[in-house]
Amino acid sequence: MRSASLQERHIVGASVPRKEGWDKVTGASRYVDDVVLPGMLYGATVRSNVARGKIRKISFDSTVRWNDFVIVTAKDIPGKNCISLILDDQPCLASETVNHPEEPILLLAHTDRHKVQNAVDAVSIEYDPLPPVHTLEESERQSTIIWGADNTFKTFLVEKGDVDAVWKEAPLIVEGEYFTGAQEQLYIENNGVIAAFDPENGITVWGSLQCPYYVHKALMVLCGLPEEKVRVVQMETGGAFGGKEEYPSMIAGHAALLAIKSGRPVKIVYDRMEDMVATTKRHPSRTLHRTAVDKNGKILGGEIEFTIDGGAYATLSSVVLSRGTIHAGGPYYWPSVRIRTKALATNTPPHGAFRGFGAPQSLFAMERHMDRIAQAVGISPVEVRRRNFLKPGQTTTTQQVIREEIDLNHLLDRALELSDYARKKTRFAEENKAGMRKKGIGIAAFLHGAGFTGSGERYLNSLVGVEAGADGSVRVLVSSAEFGQGTNTVLCQIAAEALGLPYESVAIAQPDTTVVPNSGPTVASRTAMIVGKLVQAAAQGIKQTLTTAGLLGDACTPEDFRAACRKYIAARGELKAYARYEAPGDVHWDDEKYQGEAYAAFAWAVYVAEVTVDLTTYAVTVDDFVALQEVGKVLHPVLAKGQITGGVAQAIGFALYEKVVWQNGRMINNQMTNYIMPTSVDLPLIRVFFEELGNVHGAHGAKGIGELPMDGPAPAIVNAVEDAIGVRFHSIPLLPEDLFEGLRLESLEREATSSTRGTA
Amino acid sequence: MNPSAGTGAKCEVLFTVNGETKKVLAYPMERLLDVLRNELELTGTKEGCGEGECGSCSVLLDGMLVNSCLVPVGQAKGASIVTIEGLSSHASMHPVREAFLECGGAQCGICTPGMILAAVHLLEKKPEPTLADIREGLAGNLCRCTGYMQIFDAVAWAARRRVAQ
Repeated sequence: MRSASLQERHIVGASVPRKEGWDKVTGASRYVDDVVLPGMLYGATVRSNVARGKIRKISFDSTVRWNDFVIVTAKDIPGKNCISLILDDQPCLASETVNHPEEPILLLAHTDRHKVQNAVDAVSIEYDPLPPVHTLEESERQSTIIWGADNTFKTFLVEKGDVDAVWKEAPLIVEGEYFTGAQEQLYIENNGVIAAFDPENGITVWGSLQCPYYVHKALMVLCGLPEEKVRVVQMETGGAFGGKEEYPSMIAGHAALLAIKSGRPVKIVYDRMEDMVATTKRHPSRTLHRTAVDKNGKILGGEIEFTIDGGAYATLSSVVLSRGTIHAGGPYYWPSVRIRTKALATNTPPHGAFRGFGAPQSLFAMERHMDRIAQAVGISPVEVRRRNFLKPGQTTTTQQVIREEIDLNHLLDRALELSDYARKKTRFAEENKAGMRKKGIGIAAFLHGAGFTGSGERYLNSLVGVEAGADGSVRVLVSSAEFGQGTNTVLCQIAAEALGLPYESVAIAQPDTTVVPNSGPTVASRTAMIVGKLVQAAAQGIKQTLTTAGLLGDACTPEDFRAACRKYIAARGELKAYARYEAPGDVHWDDEKYQGEAYAAFAWAVYVAEVTVDLTTYAVTVDDFVALQEVGKVLHPVLAKGQITGGVAQAIGFALYEKVVWQNGRMINNQMTNYIMPTSVDLPLIRVFFEELGNVHGAHGAKGIGELPMDGPAPAIVNAVEDAIGVRFHSIPLLPEDLFEGLRLESLEREATSSTRGTA
Repeated sequence: MNPSAGTGAKCEVLFTVNGETKKVLAYPMERLLDVLRNELELTGTKEGCGEGECGSCSVLLDGMLVNSCLVPVGQAKGASIVTIEGLSSHASMHPVREAFLECGGAQCGICTPGMILAAVHLLEKKPEPTLADIREGLAGNLCRCTGYMQIFDAVAWAARRRVAQ
């Protein structure tokens, strides 16, 4: 009944129904907290309440019947006490020292979920405090060393041309410093897992997660178990956005330890306050730009220093830093540039993956700085971008040659037209002369690389399977997870298209490490482009097998396919085909120099934001938003649009609403009541437009799409705020109190300037 | 989770859930959300924040849209409750589920049951809502995936379908 569009010839490019959609709209989908296993215990975590210190004493309130509880400490860990990821520096349970507030120290489990929560408060821990580090400045001063030899998780240096030669002759040097705050992913389903253990089969974990094989690896190390004795199953996952990339390894480890010790299944599901206070957030950042420009506003060269706060352990900071580094120069041509970047340690819970992964931070700086350059030169924000856009044949900051026929001027023109930019700009300037509500319009141009950086995809070495049954039904086997973005649907579309089958004939396996091969993590906008291409190849492999066996001709109907599958399976028992990632021959990357083809493809975009700044309430509202992007082939128009509107909404939150308030390294507004994400009445109409240029590396020419919309809205909005009131803001989030403070400082400055003039 | 909810003496609560009479033995301060999910195994109702901000636990209680995480079960005595599971019995009256599927109103799906109940509630009050009505009607339900645009499309689509019927 809902399949009118399925009759169309092409499945790819059509808005077919979401695979798991009906279960989601009827409430039938099973998320981890919807599952209860027989004999299951409920687990809870006792956490540190200091930022840094040595654990002196742990005591248990004598009024609690502790014999009824399972208690786990670091001493109970069968394998290595770490959350294995890149560096193994983060303990699963702190044993001697704690390095951030809310660090897990001890685990409890009980049959009654109320009792276990109450028991957490009945454990008290005494510490010998150590001096903590809470800011980037303290961390880089290195007077207190909290991590490694120098508080530094990772540094990168990107150099192109001779930037030192440009300063002397440069007609203009424009400097700016920009900041972005932490941001909570705020998926509506909190982190949660169930673990079960038996000596014969080992450990099984069902959870809300993005990357089954990350959890698989971490559990092998933590539990000291071989590959085949660890099983990870992804349940329906209620949003992730990067927040369930690395953290699930931690909570899965906790549940696994309790399950091993108790011999019973254990569920741990965080409530909202615990999830917000203890789990990862977007890295706060600081970016310094120093740019040499000619009189026409053309960039001659520049230096960019990008620094992110990684929190107490390394986790994914080096990779987030890498992406932030590569995107720091924006979609512009830099004849010469030096980009120095670093990820530093502080005593806060580790910051981690969040949609955009470093790029929203460094692109905020770049796109604010472009407006700054425009002012310094005396040209418009439009013109300064036009004069510096990358063109095909030119090279990026990492000296990647742009081979696509991308025309950023065309994107810009179209975005200006769609947003009625020129007319609005003139009209607002006129209308803003009176009244307390000022209107402004701002733009941001940007790019986002799809897939893992540089040689990353080569290391991942992803494997994808497709299997066919005797009835001609097809199942896609990938570890790529669905968490709202449309993985299930898009990968089934691609397989159906490759096999000439109706979309309904193709299903996707639940990600279960005993069933699906490792198609890599579900991150980095890589699923449609990289995994999609492999699904296409594996599906073609099925067809090839049947053709080679003489069961299928070149032109075949679904009926022919079904008959061929029946015969093949009757004779051989099983029909499966696999495809492994092969690096394109023309992609070269130098990890030492950080030079070369950083990404197989970039998506490109120009966004335009229209805002009202209310000088009575100091609130900024976004009145209109145009999101125009080139993402290669759009595989599913409804899902693609949903990715953009959702990303823009999160980015509006990043710019205007979502502020993590820190106190001694701990988030103190860890509730939805006082950490505010956009509601249905806060957002403008988000108008989404696609250009389709195609891309040789992705399935049907698709590029990545998921992270792109997170990059542009914040700078476009803050540029619009400046357009409205003529005051420069360098820092997000920009809440009413920040706007108030900025205006207060601005007026103080103005008074100081005029009084100096007066006395001179 | 409310730690104090599991204290005191359990009492018998009689109410109607999705058209069926149900009797549960529960602590009077236990959240309606937990009773629905744990006692009645109606897990379509989700917990997002536990403090009435996100609306994922929305149900209809005597026709009112409520956050079931804020309703002590004792207060639901004698009430008639509709959860997401209950919409299947009058699906023809509520093409909202089809609309969410058609328009991309559900992504990760965790806010979807609550969002759909909010939409049903809105359409019962205002069969032909304006965009402003839709925004207002859904303002108590947070969605982190969609940016709401396709949810607005879905509610408008459902309203048209419903009026046409």
